[in-house]
Amino acid sequence: MSLDLQNDHFHQAFEEGVPVEDEVVRPAIEFRDVELAFDDQVILDKVNFTVRRGETKIVLGGSGSGKSTIINMILGLLKPDAGAILIDGEDVTEYDDQEMMRIRKNIGMVFQEGALFDSLSVYENVAYRLHEENVEEDEVEHEVVRMLQFVNLEDAIDKMPSELSGGMRRRVGIARALVGNPSIILFDEPTAGLDPPTARTICELAIKLRDLEDVSSIFVTHEMNNLEYLSSEYATLDCEGGVHFEHEGDRLCLLNTEVIMLKEGDIIFSGKDEQLRQTEDPYIRRFLRGK
Amino acid sequence: MNSIAKFLSEVQEITFLLWRSIKGLWKGPRYFKDIIVQMDRIGVGSLGIVSLTGFFTGGVLVLQAFPTLEYYGAQSSAGQSVATSLIRELGPVLTALMVAGRVGSAISAELGSMVVSQQMDAMRALGTSPVRKLVTPRIIALLITLPLLTFSADLVGIIGGGLVAQQIYGLDPNLYIQSAKVGIAMTDLIGGMVKPIVFGLIIGLISCYKGLNTTGGTVGVGQSTTSAVVTASVNIIIADFFLSKILQSLFSATIF
Repeated sequence: MSLDLQNDHFHQAFEEGVPVEDEVVRPAIEFRDVELAFDDQVILDKVNFTVRRGETKIVLGGSGSGKSTIINMILGLLKPDAGAILIDGEDVTEYDDQEMMRIRKNIGMVFQEGALFDSLSVYENVAYRLHEENVEEDEVEHEVVRMLQFVNLEDAIDKMPSELSGGMRRRVGIARALVGNPSIILFDEPTAGLDPPTARTICELAIKLRDLEDVSSIFVTHEMNNLEYLSSEYATLDCEGGVHFEHEGDRLCLLNTEVIMLKEGDIIFSGKDEQLRQTEDPYIRRFLRGK
Repeated sequence: MNSIAKFLSEVQEITFLLWRSIKGLWKGPRYFKDIIVQMDRIGVGSLGIVSLTGFFTGGVLVLQAFPTLEYYGAQSSAGQSVATSLIRELGPVLTALMVAGRVGSAISAELGSMVVSQQMDAMRALGTSPVRKLVTPRIIALLITLPLLTFSADLVGIIGGGLVAQQIYGLDPNLYIQSAKVGIAMTDLIGGMVKPIVFGLIIGLISCYKGLNTTGGTVGVGQSTTSAVVTASVNIIIADFFLSKILQSLFSATIF
């Protein structure tokens, strides 16, 4: 579990200079002074942040603040004008599409509307990456069923995307992103336009991935409910394998979730959700309260 | 950006797309199954309208030409007249225009919808090159099926012309067939097959380019579809002129 135990180990190792495994020290994602502009419009202005292993970074910001641009840059769909982007310690800034294909195999992406392939069934959508890699069909079927069970959608295996509700499409999108066990998952406003219970289900999946699968993730959103769930709840397993969600408190404090807030391409806040709620910045206060 | 710069930029982008789709042939993974699926959609799917177009084009050629031929006492040359017109010009051009309308619009709309619904980004995020997976199979399918469709249109057109000649003008079918056989030279057949290959490339590249560069949501899909059909059709007509001239120079003994 990547709760405070692992993070304590991480910080201790850093402070004392104790040699630890590269896996632990090397950040999953790192942005160093990343800049991007389209003509005169600045999209990102010297953006710096790090996503540690097993950490979820919640990226908040209004429309057009550059949230989705960050995700597109991690995937290599957009290239920065200046600065460096590191994935698992590897500088991918100058990588071409061919080289990025290798990097993308370790990254799962959940799109705003699911972005399922219309012409393929749920099974074929989830199996897409494995079919591309010519994996044996028995193995593909086993993996697809496992992933659909994770998102509680095993009954929809033979349906077409057009037969699914908005929430189901997002969950299939999550199942598809999880195939191949990527160590990084990027969520691009996965709850946009969903009813509150369905949005809660999506957040629970993100929490499960963070706490039970040790996945590093970026969760782009502008919905305060998502922030509340992700930054204050954690998932545990009982003896029978059942998943439970509990609030942080006296027993356990979440250290593996941080928030950054973007405004017009600038990071105007970076830290814990508690710090975010105490900030005096008028823009952030208005964003949090909605007025 | 002024219109000349925009035009040159588009030519450059289309050339890059061609290069990347050719590269997709050499490096794996190769999508043979997708090529077969596209050949079925493009080739088998277009056979009906292309044959129908060929049939009535052959028929109208006889309808228009026969009275003139009869005036000069050359009605026995009706077969030759229809066959050469169809094989050299009308077969390749009309087939290409029909396919540009039916298939070019479908390709552009399909790829454009995938772009606006982020399916293209999803494909890239899943480690697949959209050019290899979507563009290369469509272009190969067009390069293979368009000459076959043209051959079909030519054949059905000659049959249509023969039926009109026999039923309306009472021409002996044997005379018609004999005239057509005599009139068709090997250079006609070569030229008639070279043109559809070039036209197939034009339809594939332009419709894929327009689809991949769709912006502006569902309205953008409509615009790129219209643009794909219009641009491909105009380019087919222009390319036909230059191809005819090149083939004419190559086979200088025969007029294309």
